[in-house]
Amino acid sequence: MKVAKDLVAASATPMVLGILAEGESYGYAILKRINELSGGELAWTEGLLYPLLHRLERLGHVESTWQSVTGERRRKYYRVTEQGLAELAEQRRQWDTVVDTLKELWLGATVRPQEGLA
Amino acid sequence: MTPDGLEAQIGQWRQYVQRRRELQTADADELEDHLRGSVDELVAAGLSEDEAFLVAVKRMGSLDELSREFAREHSERLWKQLVLTGEPAPGASAAGTRSRRTLWVMVGCAAGAAASIKVPELFGAGFDGNSEFYAANISLFTLPWLAGFLAWRRQAPRPLIAVVAALFVLGGVAANVYPLTGDSQSLVITSIHLPIALWLVVGVAYVADDWRSTRRHMDFIRFTGEVFVYFVLIALGGGVLIAFTVGTFRAIGVQPQEFISEWVVPCGAMASIVVAGWLVEAKQSVVENIAPVLTRLFTPLFTAVLLAFLVAVGVTANRIDVEREALILFDLLLVVVLGLLLYSISARDPLAPPGLFDKLQLALVFSALAIDTLVLLEITGRLAEYGGTPNKAAALGENVILLVNLAGSALLLLRFIRRQGQFAALERWQTRHLPVYAVWAWIVVLVFPPVFGFA
Repeated sequence: MKVAKDLVAASATPMVLGILAEGESYGYAILKRINELSGGELAWTEGLLYPLLHRLERLGHVESTWQSVTGERRRKYYRVTEQGLAELAEQRRQWDTVVDTLKELWLGATVRPQEGLA
Repeated sequence: MTPDGLEAQIGQWRQYVQRRRELQTADADELEDHLRGSVDELVAAGLSEDEAFLVAVKRMGSLDELSREFAREHSERLWKQLVLTGEPAPGASAAGTRSRRTLWVMVGCAAGAAASIKVPELFGAGFDGNSEFYAANISLFTLPWLAGFLAWRRQAPRPLIAVVAALFVLGGVAANVYPLTGDSQSLVITSIHLPIALWLVVGVAYVADDWRSTRRHMDFIRFTGEVFVYFVLIALGGGVLIAFTVGTFRAIGVQPQEFISEWVVPCGAMASIVVAGWLVEAKQSVVENIAPVLTRLFTPLFTAVLLAFLVAVGVTANRIDVEREALILFDLLLVVVLGLLLYSISARDPLAPPGLFDKLQLALVFSALAIDTLVLLEITGRLAEYGGTPNKAAALGENVILLVNLAGSALLLLRFIRRQGQFAALERWQTRHLPVYAVWAWIVVLVFPPVFGFA
């Protein structure tokens, strides 16, 4: 199964903010985490991730710093801001609505169990 | 593979990344870190470094796609690059320092050009009553500064700088040593040809880093057109600025006209040539997109006008009246046609197959050739009848040069459309003509006045 591009793009912001809410991180680790969480089903490209991170930074949802952790390369770490957390809460409400609606609809129609997105 | 091999490959990959204007140094750093993370993981999974690098690059997807996504988020960057003084992105300090230094050198050169035009006034030669002096010398105030800026940027070798400087001195001699009076034709043609000759000297400085390469010569042709476009844009903006200056100061009873005509216009014009040159250097891609658009827009229109003119000549059977103005007009027409040809060549992918536009261009060149043949017949008739003047001789010489160029272009274009030749041949033909223009312009400036008795 391949998740449609539009859906990937739409869900990308809450996912990035959600991952960064767990603690500061950098591009490659974020991509890996997404891979892990989705069991490899969400195909994120670098062309999606980095421009998105830069946009979130421009909007003030995340902050970035170049850090050199001992024994590691110099990396650009991203950290979620207060505003980003508020945005995440708002997106979560919206996604809950979408997911609840879909669940309601599908659980009524079929018996197949669904995996929630939230 | 040794670790050095991986470093070399990553270094090479970075070079590709940094050629993208959408991707800044900080982005390249971030992507490089990503690539290394990917490689490390693949190596840990048992791949060799070589394989891991290939897989990691492949995973990242094509750079085109990547930079398109970056451009969507950072569309302002294409313009932001212009403001080279802005805070450098973290990790971009080396490139930032370099571009800031370029900016300061440019500002210095522009200020030098602006000051140069006021220097003669210190020696009592103001704008009033010395229009001949300024007409002959105008290009000497600004072009040496532009050439200097380019030579600095290219880190031109000393012998080349010496050649460029010597040619500028020669230009200064040509403009001022001959006893040309205000009403002589020679003064007018020197004023027209010296800028051309000196512009090609600027070209020497422009190609300083690789002066044998045809591509660099083509770059200079492109540079010429782009400087022109920028200069016109700056002039338009300057016009608006002057209009507001005059209007607002008049409203409070101050008359700024003299200040504007004595300082703002001459100094601004001189400086803006240098600024235009710098803009093209700093921001090539913006105008690279304008020149081809203008060419595509005007090639069909000019073709239509020229064909209509030929039909009109045929129908009315009127002879072309080859007066001085008409001569210059037809020379300029050929220059415009040549310009249209040059700029579509410079923007064209040399490997693309011939298309409709190439045929249109051929029609344009052929109609220009037909008109020019008519003009040439007229001129030679006149010369035989009344003898030569410097004006007619110069116009005739230019006409012959342009005719040869266009005839050659037509031939090569035809071969290309019939798929008998390469497009690159046409490109080479045009770049080889650059020295011809230079030699002719210098002949007109240096040899014509004495030959025609300073008439």
